[in-house]
Amino acid sequence: MNKLAGNGRRFRLFGLRKKHDERDVQDEYQLLTVRQLMIRKFLRNRMALLSFIALVIIYLVTLLAGFFAPYTARDADSKLTYSPPMAIRLQDPETGHFHLPFFYPLRGKRNMETFQLEYVEERAKRIPIQFFVRGEPYLALGVIAWDVHLFGSSDPAERLHIMGSDVRGRDLFSRIIYGGQVSLSVGIFGVLITIAVGSVIGTLSGYYGGVFDNVVQRVIETIRSFPQLPLWMALAAAIPPQWPPEWVYAGIVVVLAFINWTGLSREARGLVLSLKERDYVHAAEASGASTARIVRVHLIPNMASHIIVTATLAVPVTILGESALSFLGIGVRPPMVSWGLLLNDAIKIQNIVLYPWTLFPGLFILVAVIAYNFLGDGLRDMVDPFSR
Amino acid sequence: MTPTEAVGADVILEVRDLRLHFPIKAGLLKKTVGYVKAVDGVSFSVYAGETLGLVGESGSGKTTIGRCIVRLYKPTTGIMRFRTKAGLVNIAELDKRELQPIRRDIQMLFQDPNSSLNARMRVGDIIAEPLDIHAIGTAAERRTRVEDLLEHVGLGAEMYNRFPHQLSGGQRQRVGVARALSIEPRLVICDEPVSALDVSVQAQVLNLLSDLQEELGLTYVFIAHDLSVVEYISDRVMVMYLGKLMETAPTRKIFERPTHPYTEALLNSIPKRIRGGHRKRYVLAGDIPSPVNPPSGCVFHTRCQYAKDICKTETPPLQPLPDDPETSVACHLAEEVTLQPYYTAEERRVLEADRA
Repeated sequence: MNKLAGNGRRFRLFGLRKKHDERDVQDEYQLLTVRQLMIRKFLRNRMALLSFIALVIIYLVTLLAGFFAPYTARDADSKLTYSPPMAIRLQDPETGHFHLPFFYPLRGKRNMETFQLEYVEERAKRIPIQFFVRGEPYLALGVIAWDVHLFGSSDPAERLHIMGSDVRGRDLFSRIIYGGQVSLSVGIFGVLITIAVGSVIGTLSGYYGGVFDNVVQRVIETIRSFPQLPLWMALAAAIPPQWPPEWVYAGIVVVLAFINWTGLSREARGLVLSLKERDYVHAAEASGASTARIVRVHLIPNMASHIIVTATLAVPVTILGESALSFLGIGVRPPMVSWGLLLNDAIKIQNIVLYPWTLFPGLFILVAVIAYNFLGDGLRDMVDPFSR
Repeated sequence: MTPTEAVGADVILEVRDLRLHFPIKAGLLKKTVGYVKAVDGVSFSVYAGETLGLVGESGSGKTTIGRCIVRLYKPTTGIMRFRTKAGLVNIAELDKRELQPIRRDIQMLFQDPNSSLNARMRVGDIIAEPLDIHAIGTAAERRTRVEDLLEHVGLGAEMYNRFPHQLSGGQRQRVGVARALSIEPRLVICDEPVSALDVSVQAQVLNLLSDLQEELGLTYVFIAHDLSVVEYISDRVMVMYLGKLMETAPTRKIFERPTHPYTEALLNSIPKRIRGGHRKRYVLAGDIPSPVNPPSGCVFHTRCQYAKDICKTETPPLQPLPDDPETSVACHLAEEVTLQPYYTAEERRVLEADRA
């Protein structure tokens, strides 16, 4: 069979003649499969890789909140309201001796001029920090009853608040970890709805066009022409106040996805419009491929990576949206905790001045949002593995 | 069909008065404000086993005709009778389901192998796709068939698991050829299959197509914008301009005795190189007019150096020359003006002597 290519009649075009069309140089690019090229592209973006690792850690910590948080989210101590962050020490400030990690408990004292509760360290009492300490019982992953915490005060009577406490003396650090469960999962679930709704509607409207496309595009334009935050607020306010917190949570997820799907759907539509005019789609059509087959074999694999990038970049938007709503008091409701809800403590300027540690949840929002943006950047490089 | 419309037994495809007008929509309510007359009343026959070259500038409608034949487009009007085992079938009218068996017999080879191969699929899956669509054979049989095809088109069976980006341009087009041939079509529409390739690779792909034609008894409709490529592969050539046929003739006659001024202009655009020979050339000026408002009369009159008044008012029909029924031409002046050939008979002899 090889003679077909080798011998046969020879044509000459413009007098040029060459024996091989295979290039001798088979560089690395040509040796790698599409998946390998994509992975290589991603690994080259250091910030994206770092962000990915950071996000994995953050998600693991919140997933196992009971273990990583020294206290539960509702565990209060009325003697330590608005206690400032307690320093973890290795060195005794007076003697200069080094010890294993320890802290000095805080004692509140009313300042009779300002009537503020002021805290001072009780230097006489050095309380070691214990790892894998037994403490408040919790349900790990929601099912396994356990009471071991990663770290905590070795003395149950003396509480350790490494990021301070709130108005009811609840440990802020523990509440941030539990709050992450809500804030971070809202991002994921919101984006899952966004992907499901946005990509299906976008694909259909791009593939079939016509009246359906026209109607969908006008609806999207209408939704997008409202300012985002007020629209969210209006929709969130429509969630009935008598609903249990879990329902409210689901309601908030839907409200956030309500705007996000429009962006993704436009992205999907644009991709389909461009992909369906590719010759490989024409080739499949000329062979009699069904629409379902074209969508499954040609459109989805070529769209998937773009959709993932858009979705990744929509996660921080959703996280910020939830935080904004909860901060304003119309998002998730207590006893649920979220980062936005925790920031609600800092809603008064007086609180920021007196208890600046109530801003800590904002730091976590910042880190998560930045990490997602870098991750999205890295994934965008990955989408086009063929560029060098 | 009625017996009075009998078609020669060696005709595999007969096209009659094919038109494809794309509506132009504008405004808020998407009202149709006009039509792009991409193909405007074209009739021709394709004979089994031949290669029919289809030549014209960009925008002449040659690709549109190809896409009508494989029914990527549904013609506005016209008849396309295709010979199946059960006789002639008008494929212009069939719906999606009825077309399915016909699609096994007509395949298309695309211009740019970079865009005609899905970059996310492996070569083996790309070639097997038509087999897959028509549910031919078991998975193992398909694999054997694809490996055979890979060998056949001059790639090795080891290419099965490669991705398109791992191949060179010529290799990619060979994959395209293998895919088009995988379900054993009888008619292949080659849409400028070599114009995206390096010149050095073009000849190899043309060789391959010609070898496969001999071996498998294929019929080609070979679309090109360049007469020099068509010269080597075609038995007959059709010259198109602005959605209409200008001239149909055996390839050799096109080069030795063009009868339409547009054919002459196309020939003039090929650099001539016969033992260093050089000649003065009349080069076609301007661009092809808009197919939305084609010129009146003969569509070519706006650029024709021989045009007379009759050309502006009356559309010349495509008709055979009185002294040569193999050649048909749509020109009022076909018998009046003598056009410059590309080769004289003497030059042809010299060239063939050189080639031998």
